[in-house]
Amino acid sequence: MDVIIESLPQYWDGFLRTLFLAAVSGIIALVAGTLLAAARVSPVAALRGFSMAYVEVVRNTPLTIAFFFAAVVLPRLGVTFQQFEVAAIIALSAYTAAFIAEAVRSGVNSVPVGQAEAARSIGMKFGQVLSLIILPQALRTVIPPMINILIALVKNSSVAGAFYVLELFGYGKQLANDHGDAVMWVLVGVAFFYLLITVPLGYLAHQVERKVAIAR
Amino acid sequence: MFARFLLMTTQLPGDALVSLNAVNKHYGQLHVLKDINLQVRKGEVVVVIGPSGSGKSTLCRAINRLETIDDGDIAIDGKQLPEEGKELARLRADVGMVFQSFNLFAHKTILENVTLGPIKVKGVSKAEADKDAMALLERVGVGHQAPKLPAQLSGGQQQRVAIARALAMKPKVMLFDEPTSALDPEMINEVLDVMIQLAKEGMTMIVVTHEMGFARKAADRVVFMADGQIVEDATPEEFFTNPQSSRAKDFLSKLLTH
Repeated sequence: MDVIIESLPQYWDGFLRTLFLAAVSGIIALVAGTLLAAARVSPVAALRGFSMAYVEVVRNTPLTIAFFFAAVVLPRLGVTFQQFEVAAIIALSAYTAAFIAEAVRSGVNSVPVGQAEAARSIGMKFGQVLSLIILPQALRTVIPPMINILIALVKNSSVAGAFYVLELFGYGKQLANDHGDAVMWVLVGVAFFYLLITVPLGYLAHQVERKVAIAR
Repeated sequence: MFARFLLMTTQLPGDALVSLNAVNKHYGQLHVLKDINLQVRKGEVVVVIGPSGSGKSTLCRAINRLETIDDGDIAIDGKQLPEEGKELARLRADVGMVFQSFNLFAHKTILENVTLGPIKVKGVSKAEADKDAMALLERVGVGHQAPKLPAQLSGGQQQRVAIARALAMKPKVMLFDEPTSALDPEMINEVLDVMIQLAKEGMTMIVVTHEMGFARKAADRVVFMADGQIVEDATPEEFFTNPQSSRAKDFLSKLLTH
């Protein structure tokens, strides 16, 4: 127990870095995932194919592989970073974008196709149909599953700890090494700080779900 | 000289506003549109009837390219239907479409449903679009519903809003794809009344329907389709009193016995 109090500065530092990784990757993944979903329903066959291939490959490979690519393979191809955080953000957002894309796509499919036809019939272009008619309705239904994906993202960011990023889990490893007699309490501390992010997210999902249910 | 003569004849008033020439379409093995030729003049009301599966809805949807066709050509006001893209969007703005299932935008108010097209497609100012939309909503009898969402309205009211939404684009021609088929019986007339009024005001209309009363009352021509072909094309009077084909006779006899 004492080890948690004593190491609060490290925990706090790790907590902030985890929050930073998750927030930046989350925002990038939301944008990229929505674009991938848009590509998936676009009239251009090449875009549809790319989006489908991306989602299938990335969604079905372990996150560690994505990290390995970002942290080890990319630098060998000449893409180098000053900090490992950049590699972590690339891996996390690329990985999470695939899941966001699938969630948005299911939301798009939940909007009756007739509304898209009606929008095209009054002369709207593809982009307008998507941004004015489909996405506003799709995103509403997709918020709860999207928050689940973001919760997974927060937890997935712990993989960065294995790639030299000192976030919550990275510090956890370090502290466990330094306090071999109190490993359990070190990990309880790590878990607590993860819960500090994920529990409020889960609460938010619940609230949004209720609100959407009422709006219908 | 001759070319010029041709040019003049194609631009004569009263010439075809909607023109389909040798249009064919297949769904896999199924030949849904067989060599369709149809000319609709400005101000004309053409009612398309026929048994289900005869291709009449597909025909209606092909006119604003919600369905693609395999060959033949379709022209609106002398302009060929272009491929998907900006040109097509522009042409579609001139063709109003009313669907069987209303298809109102569920997240927008009734007023927004009607103003969205003029504002986003035609660049009309919000104030002007609101004013026009309110006038249209009053005209179809749902003005007091303007701030509500579509789900709060009855089917008949929603369909009248859908008609107002199409009219807000000031289309050259209106397509109706079974506009009353999804409605409860007591709501059919409120929609038909709006359509009859529209026909009287000189709107060019192509109406796919099972409402024979509407065909008799408002149509200039009845087109009877069966198995993807246009079997008869006549005035309502001729068609209902003296159908030529056995298919049409059969169809009409089934209607009358119920």
